[in-house]
Amino acid sequence: MAEVSLRKVVKRYDDVEAVRGIDLDIADHEFVVLVGPSGCGKSTTLRMIAGLEDISDGDISIGGDVVNDVPPKDRDIAMVFQNYALYPHMTVAENMSFGLRLKHYPKAEIKSRVAEAARMLDIADLVDRKPKQLSGGQRQRVAMGRAIVRNPKVFLFDEPLSNLDAKLRVQMRIEIKKVHQKVRTTTVYVTHDQVEAMTLADRVVVMNKGRIEQIGTPTELYHNPATRFVAGFIGSPAMNFVPCRLEEANGRLYIRLTDRISFPLPPARAARYQSVSRNDRLLLGIRPEHITETRPHAEPGIEPFEAMLDVTEPMGMETLVYFSLNETPVCGRVSPNAGARDGSPLRMAMDLNNMHLLNEASGLVI
Amino acid sequence: MVDAAIGEDAIARPRRAVRRRGLRNALKRKSTTAFLLTLPLILLIALLVVYPALYSVHLATLNKSMQRFVGFGNFEFLFKRDTFWLVVKQSCIFAVTAVVFKALIGFIVAHFVHNIPAKGQRKWRGMLLVPWVIPPAMSTLAWLWLFDPSYSAFNYTLAFFGIGPIPWTGDAAWARFSVILVNVWYGAPFFMIMYLASLKSVPDQLYEAAAIDGANWWQRIWYVTLPMMRNIIAITTLFSLIVTFANFDIVRILTAGGPLDKTHIFATWAFRVGIEGSDIPLGASVSLFMVPILAVAAIFILRDVNKRGNES
Amino acid sequence: MSTMTVDKAGPTRNVKYGSMSRDRAWALRWSYFFLTLFAIFSLVPPLYMLITSLKGSAEISAATNPWWVFHPTLENYIGLLTSNQFLRFFFNSAMVSIVVVIITMLISIPAAFALSRMKFWGSATLATGVFLTYLIPDSLLFIPLFKMFALIGDVTGIQLINRWYVLLFIYPTLTVPFCTWIMIGYFASIPKELDEAAIIDGASWLQTLTRIFIPVALPGLIAATIFAFTVSWAQFLYPLVFTTSADQLVLPVGIVTTLIKGDVFNWGQIMTGALLGAAPPLIIYAFLMDYYIAGLTAGATKG
Repeated sequence: MAEVSLRKVVKRYDDVEAVRGIDLDIADHEFVVLVGPSGCGKSTTLRMIAGLEDISDGDISIGGDVVNDVPPKDRDIAMVFQNYALYPHMTVAENMSFGLRLKHYPKAEIKSRVAEAARMLDIADLVDRKPKQLSGGQRQRVAMGRAIVRNPKVFLFDEPLSNLDAKLRVQMRIEIKKVHQKVRTTTVYVTHDQVEAMTLADRVVVMNKGRIEQIGTPTELYHNPATRFVAGFIGSPAMNFVPCRLEEANGRLYIRLTDRISFPLPPARAARYQSVSRNDRLLLGIRPEHITETRPHAEPGIEPFEAMLDVTEPMGMETLVYFSLNETPVCGRVSPNAGARDGSPLRMAMDLNNMHLLNEASGLVI
Repeated sequence: MVDAAIGEDAIARPRRAVRRRGLRNALKRKSTTAFLLTLPLILLIALLVVYPALYSVHLATLNKSMQRFVGFGNFEFLFKRDTFWLVVKQSCIFAVTAVVFKALIGFIVAHFVHNIPAKGQRKWRGMLLVPWVIPPAMSTLAWLWLFDPSYSAFNYTLAFFGIGPIPWTGDAAWARFSVILVNVWYGAPFFMIMYLASLKSVPDQLYEAAAIDGANWWQRIWYVTLPMMRNIIAITTLFSLIVTFANFDIVRILTAGGPLDKTHIFATWAFRVGIEGSDIPLGASVSLFMVPILAVAAIFILRDVNKRGNES
Repeated sequence: MSTMTVDKAGPTRNVKYGSMSRDRAWALRWSYFFLTLFAIFSLVPPLYMLITSLKGSAEISAATNPWWVFHPTLENYIGLLTSNQFLRFFFNSAMVSIVVVIITMLISIPAAFALSRMKFWGSATLATGVFLTYLIPDSLLFIPLFKMFALIGDVTGIQLINRWYVLLFIYPTLTVPFCTWIMIGYFASIPKELDEAAIIDGASWLQTLTRIFIPVALPGLIAATIFAFTVSWAQFLYPLVFTTSADQLVLPVGIVTTLIKGDVFNWGQIMTGALLGAAPPLIIYAFLMDYYIAGLTAGATKG
């Protein structure tokens, strides 16, 4: 068990910088998820922690010791790969015990550790099979078992669920969470799937273009994204961004979306945005669940408007509606009883208490 | 604050220096290991392939007793000899004819094997590949016996149809035919196996799509099979060209170049001149004449193999 | 009547199906016919070896039907298998082939591992070089090699010409390039994560090679071994050039040079010897056909 920390870690391939100076502290027992689009440097970062890639600059330490020069086998880590990377010529038990056998552990101990891990993962009756005879989910369990028996300081997961079908992915997600609750090993988990990140992580690290965009708990990232990238990446359907301007009239602050639509800001928000220049090109960031059908009782900050719907997608418990504001496509979530139909107008309400205001040029949330 | 930053820097710097050294060492260690692992291979190629190849060029410039440098003397001598030109002609005819027939027969047989139910394919493939498995020196002996001037089993059979007796290895034209026949017999199964493997890799959907588009059997071969197999056909043919061109065993045992040098090809004539005739420089010169055609074929193969590598 | 008119579309379609399956049946019949012809063409020489090997010398020179054995006898087999000379050829061949297989594997496997997994300066060029070496035929090198080994004998006094073990130096030039080439292919097809998993599990490079790569690429290894063995066993030109004394000859050369004495052909014994010489590769082929074919198609072998 140990904490992991990265100090100004850089990875250069020839003249391309894949990772551009990352600082990250992972506490003991913590489950941290690195998430971002492909090519953002998350896998490279994980592989540098594993020691599979050498680092171009900076320091990585595990349990307080700098491990820059320590080969992977001496870092006391275990890794689960996307394609499982099970040894095809070994049985499940042999796969799980390979690392222990290389370190010449006593036979009895190996046996008990494998049995323990197999029981935890519910694969006790599969230990004599070859990987070829297993399903995708079972292989994934074996790969995790191989990590668990080593009892390492750190678990590293590299997109472990991307090869599974959607249903199995949900199931294995829960499985991973359960295992972590039991063994409490410090875990670094890489994925491109923000749902996985949100559901698994104690803390999520959103990466983009080799840099960290934001670090925070899932709720923090969801409610208080720091940048346009994080705001757009976390949450599904994604947050809407509508070009807007701030206006002042009658001593109140208004946000103007189109020629016809402009809303007064709720007092709390107005105070916060008072200092923003009226000439800046701004973006209104608002999640689809904050664009709903109108409610009978008007509440402060919830402003009604009408828009012509382009497309509607009935999902059962809700209906997604798509329309345009200022030629920007916008998505909202309305009740299935709201009477939303393709090509017809609908009265909706925008909950400005949950709005975000972004500077279009800098991409930062104000 | 400032102090702390400096302190940190001071600690970081030596540590980084250590790491750099460690990294460079690790890299050096890795390529040293790699070099050591490939060293036997490199030595083998350098000492027993590259060096002899160059040595052969050196040998070709010496006189028969190998004491005097004669420059292009051996080549000039060869150019003046009719036998040399006969060998050039025969090698080309031999290689081209044999390869064309191997390729054609291999292609046809592969189609027949592909055509029958999958269950029986293994058995047929197993029988049809036997000629390739037997060492050619051994099977050529059987052919020699089948072609025997007095006891030829072929002639015995053909006599029933009023044909023969055929001087299989006695007459120049027939001897050339026999040599090519044995080579085709030996080499066609290889083509068959290569084509069969590549036929199996053509997805069925392509044929189904072609059938839906109204393509008949011939059109399916022309527009689907052949384009899909183009690369493997090219590689196999070029390979076969090299090996057939450089063949020794079959001609040596079947005719030993006779009658009257009418079946000599480069390898057998180089052996006759260089080893049996003890004129090593002249023998080396003869083998060197294989190099241009081999080099051209090799370049094309390399291009195709690389292309295949890039595709996959 | 009425049902027939209603079902009019049915029968016509059936007829069409019928003709299609009839076409198919004919295609199948033709396929079998031609396959039988080709199989006869392929198997006549080895079968004729067998037929002749069972005949006595009187029957061989008789004017009876050569395709049939009227008085089967094992005298040829007994004659050869009790002849010290023939057993010597067999022993030389087996010795050379087995040792060459071992040498080939000891050189090819580490080299293929390095070339497929450790990128180093010149590794790509070396891989191409290996492939090119494989394309160089024996008939190009036998004269300079012969002269080279003769010179080594003259200079150092170590006589290698006319010793069967000189072939242990020569044959690897034929086997190593191809075996390295196909092992590179097999090793390269092993996913990179597998060796990374092994490294994280604490395996060294050597352990990764012996405990992961070799077992996983075992089919390729078997294919390469078969190739090395059959090439060594069948090689004719090099032993013909390098060895002359009867006790140093390998099987193919031994049969050709000692059983053919001047114009006297002892065909019964020659065919028996040829069949026994063809037996080891044929037996390997019979039992390991799939590996044999995998090796053949893997590297686009010599044809």
